[in-house]
Amino acid sequence: MKGRSLLGLCAGETSFSMLIIFETLGDRFLYYLNQAGRMGIFLGACLLSLVRPPYKLYPVVRQIHFIGARSLFVILFTGAFTGMVLGLQGYYTLRKFGSEGLLGSAVALTLIRELGPVLTALMVIGRAGSAITAEIGIMRNSEQIDALECMAVDPYKYLMAPKFLAGVISLPLLTFVFDMVGIFGGWLIGVGLLGVNEGAYFQGMYSSVVWKDIEMGIVKSLVFGLLIIWITAAKGFYLHLERSGGFGAEGVSRTTTDAVVLSSVTILVWDYLISAIML
Amino acid sequence: MDDSKEEIAIELVGVEKSFGRQKVLKGLDLRVPVGKTTVIVGPSGQGKTVILKHMLGLVKPDRGEVRVFGKDIGRISRRELKELRTSFGVLFQNAALFDSLTVFDNVALPLRERTRMKEEEVRRIVDEKLALMDLEGSGEKFPAQISGGMRKRVGLARALVLNPKVVFFDEPTTGLDVNKSNEIYRLFHKTQAKLQYTAFIVSHDVPKIFKLADYVALIHEGTIVECLPPEEFQLAKNPRVRAFVEETMGPIYSSQEEERGFYGFHEKA
Repeated sequence: MKGRSLLGLCAGETSFSMLIIFETLGDRFLYYLNQAGRMGIFLGACLLSLVRPPYKLYPVVRQIHFIGARSLFVILFTGAFTGMVLGLQGYYTLRKFGSEGLLGSAVALTLIRELGPVLTALMVIGRAGSAITAEIGIMRNSEQIDALECMAVDPYKYLMAPKFLAGVISLPLLTFVFDMVGIFGGWLIGVGLLGVNEGAYFQGMYSSVVWKDIEMGIVKSLVFGLLIIWITAAKGFYLHLERSGGFGAEGVSRTTTDAVVLSSVTILVWDYLISAIML
Repeated sequence: MDDSKEEIAIELVGVEKSFGRQKVLKGLDLRVPVGKTTVIVGPSGQGKTVILKHMLGLVKPDRGEVRVFGKDIGRISRRELKELRTSFGVLFQNAALFDSLTVFDNVALPLRERTRMKEEEVRRIVDEKLALMDLEGSGEKFPAQISGGMRKRVGLARALVLNPKVVFFDEPTTGLDVNKSNEIYRLFHKTQAKLQYTAFIVSHDVPKIFKLADYVALIHEGTIVECLPPEEFQLAKNPRVRAFVEETMGPIYSSQEEERGFYGFHEKA
């Protein structure tokens, strides 16, 4: 059998292997379609639960603390170093054209329009997104979500709504912090170390950054906030339906990895889309 | 089962369910009468928990109907299902406690999320339920810090906190030693006498569970073989039931005839 199929001489077997290819392809396609469908339904149910009473403040504050406040240190750190490297690289690039004076606007525009929202989102995925998938996934595995449903407590309202709200509130604020720290990081290197004129650094920034740039940053961070919570929470919520085996500790770890990869890629794709639409 | 007089809480009619290629339930019929305790027994992997999940509306049948208080739960809206579930209490196999909440918060959760009670009221009811389960002083502990038996008791307290009409037990004593399981049975007895709920129990613990049951149903290969009161179940002629009773309880109870013969032998002697 094996030898014959290796030689590929038998027409019957060729069509048989073709059948397997199509079967596998179709199967994959249906699986991903199914997954996309349930992710969509999940998002709908979560957004609907946001507008349904009762409205409780405390769970949202708790989630803002977890997603937002506890990410602050990472954001400060990465923001500062991103700004510093932008100052350094920007200075050497701009010097070739003799326009070191534009360093301030270069750093600010890069941060506000691109790097601020994207890097903040990636940091939040790594810190809070992975934790959300693992937490919800373990709850799914140990029947805690079933228990909620059986108690007639809506898991969307109880578990998801506060996370969505917190994500959409925290991301723009963290992005703002990232941008600010980054701009001062650039200033530290550009002005403090490399001797760019301080007036030129801030004046250039002041004259080149317009409301539209800031608007783009805000839109991006809002969309990213929603995307992160959506993907990471849905992955955990549907852990038991994952094809790669969603059971046990390994299932949680694999699904968490998937969620982090998928949400990071999605962020970068949407970053391009939003830029293309808004520019 | 005497089905003409009794009010039915839950009824499964011709339920079929497959997972992948494996057909777990094959046209299963079962009735759970109001106010009574129905126990389902049978070997592992026969779909006992799947039946429970059908009754809770967590799993939908491929074919057939699951009627809860007369309503087919495969056809009702999410809202109606939620409404229906407000009369349910469930003790899961592994208790399914929320592990990031304390024991107190676990028991308080249904009250906080489903009622508009004041916090003092919640505290009073939860303390009362914890006392009923002999769990005073454990309220501040987390589920990971208490023993398996205690976890089951917390699960029971949580299941009963809203005074449900129907309580489901998925293997309430699995993994507990004899004393702990007796403790669970004692609490079950006490709370049912007090709250008058309908109970549906999935269990392995034969013959002890027979003492609590009003009806015992045996599942075999996706169908219910018999559903009888425990005394009749132990003496049933159906060969599957016979085999199960002999296997789990030993041959001493194996038949009325044998017992009669046994006593007859003594009389003669």
